[in-house]
Amino acid sequence: MSLINSAFKKTKNEKRPALLTYTVAGDNNKKKSLEILKSIANYADICEIGFPHNTPIADGGQIQSSAYRALKNGIKIKDVFSIVKDFKQSKQTKPVILMGYYNVIYQYGDNNFINICKKVGVDGLIVVDLPYPENKDFAKKCKKKNINFIQLVSPTTSLNRMKKIIKDSHDMVYYISMLSTTGGKLKVSPKKILERYNKIKKFNKNKNIVIGFGITEKTIASLKKADGLVVGSALCKEISKSVEKRQNPVTNVTNIVKKLRKKIS
Amino acid sequence: MKLKKKIPLIDQHDKSGFWGGKFGGNFIPETLKKPVEDLTDLFERIRYDKKFLKQRDYYFKNYIGSPTSFKKLQNLSRHLGGAQIYAKMVSEANGGAHKIYNATVHALICKLAGKKYIVGDTGAGYAGKMLSMAAKKFGLKCKIFMGIKDMKRQKPNCTAMRKNGAEIVPVYSGSQTLVDAVSECMRYWVSNCNNTHMCIGSTVGPNIFVKICGWSTAQISRELKIQIESEFQTIPKKIKLINCVGGGSSAYGFWSEFIDYDKKQIELIGVEAGGPKNSKLHAAPLTNSAKLGILHGAAAYVCQNAEGQINDTESISAGLDYPGVSPIHCLLKDTKRARYTSATDEAALNAYKLVTKLERINPSLEPCHAFAEAIKISPKLSKDTVVIVNSCGDAKKDRDILKVRLGKFK
Repeated sequence: MSLINSAFKKTKNEKRPALLTYTVAGDNNKKKSLEILKSIANYADICEIGFPHNTPIADGGQIQSSAYRALKNGIKIKDVFSIVKDFKQSKQTKPVILMGYYNVIYQYGDNNFINICKKVGVDGLIVVDLPYPENKDFAKKCKKKNINFIQLVSPTTSLNRMKKIIKDSHDMVYYISMLSTTGGKLKVSPKKILERYNKIKKFNKNKNIVIGFGITEKTIASLKKADGLVVGSALCKEISKSVEKRQNPVTNVTNIVKKLRKKIS
Repeated sequence: MKLKKKIPLIDQHDKSGFWGGKFGGNFIPETLKKPVEDLTDLFERIRYDKKFLKQRDYYFKNYIGSPTSFKKLQNLSRHLGGAQIYAKMVSEANGGAHKIYNATVHALICKLAGKKYIVGDTGAGYAGKMLSMAAKKFGLKCKIFMGIKDMKRQKPNCTAMRKNGAEIVPVYSGSQTLVDAVSECMRYWVSNCNNTHMCIGSTVGPNIFVKICGWSTAQISRELKIQIESEFQTIPKKIKLINCVGGGSSAYGFWSEFIDYDKKQIELIGVEAGGPKNSKLHAAPLTNSAKLGILHGAAAYVCQNAEGQINDTESISAGLDYPGVSPIHCLLKDTKRARYTSATDEAALNAYKLVTKLERINPSLEPCHAFAEAIKISPKLSKDTVVIVNSCGDAKKDRDILKVRLGKFK
């Protein structure tokens, strides 16, 4: 069983959704981002790690700021891998999902990228701008290496298309809660989101469906029926705030993750 | 990789939207899949619809002012002493540049799609100005995304957009130019695609946007072909069509009718922005053999580093200041049908000086890049060679830059 699947199995036994965090590798610098990861992993079930890109067409202000900050600090893709490797050495069973834009992978070479992911212990990949069915080949290559390729579905995805996507998906599917870039205010009622979520779930009960976009301390409890919930921008925002106030982002971000976890436990 | 004859270049893509098997495509977030599909279905239906074509032609003629004139630049030809130089005066179009064709078609599509809001990106401000004009004309609410650096250097166009009732959204991220304006505009569309139509200002972006834009600007070469035949009673044996290339919308429009001709008869020359002399930054991915990459939803040659991060660019001309280029120009380059080169800021300024001194035309800094190439090659060409430059924009918007750099504005 994949680490991702066992993480969901564990949270289901505990009758709560899995908590997925998203932070950008290298934010606010290489060392700190690793410390943040190691610290929040005590409360998060799955850690999503963003590899930064400077023209992110689906990210809102908070994640953009984090990505620009990481790039400004000189983060390179090899640093991202070394962060994952280091993290995995201390948290072997914590699943790691890398998330980013396709050009970074493309320049590295699909196979090369996937091979190194495997080597450093990446469990899953989310590629924002590589939609279905364009991602079919890439997803197959991931599967061969036992890496989860995580498909996204959104409120604009038709049921027919959804069916095909779910059929082709691996252990986990990411449902985008609303029409928005990351970090937008939740503009759809949790009830509506869960209605849609249930429709997706019906296609295949064995798939783990997580909900992301617009999830904060305020909204997380209202969605806890889901298999998993992703919080990203709220954490990136906290890092920005900490940098601004010259406080330690590790403690501040960890505190938020702790609170988030409490709200869904 | 080979070009097909008798099929418009915009339609020579495969099922996945790739030209030449690798340029273009649809690298978009899942949320945009449906709106892009809907737009594709709508466009493929109306582009052959007689009623829609009639409507388009009506507005092209009565609103845009087609055909724009074709004129010989007698003094410039005499001064350079080689080829016969002509200009296609696309800057005469309503609003002062070719961007009005794409903007008008997108406004018509927006109406047909039943959407009330239209958003667009702009660099030089022409795409934004024209979209604001078309929005006003067709009763649509309009938002324009523009880098703060471009807002400062292209003020006259910002004033025009506001006068037309459009809201300009300043973009502060990244290099604060066109590349970031397009990203921000796409992000806005991701969040509002249920009631908003997006216009991409050039032949870039996901497959369908390349097609709509190219289909719209193709009007330029339809007019030009008739004008050449009327001027020479035939298509001359040696023609060179010179056009500046940023995203590549005016160049495609200027060339589309002539792509099937042998390149020995009609040579297509694209001129990219070389940036300031001695500067390492440029906006000329084709000239400098940039690597294939993904930018704004399409695969194309793009100025980037080894890590896949998009490079900053630098050019005096905001309209050409873009790290990527249209996938269809990548195909024209790789099939060797078109030749691409670049002109520096200084060469463009010198071209502006010479052309405006000798002729009664006032091309903006973008076509001045094309004029720079014409000035460079014409003296060496035979008298029976016909050089045609697409004067695709008017210099009014460049007033402030020209005053600073040349101390005058015509």
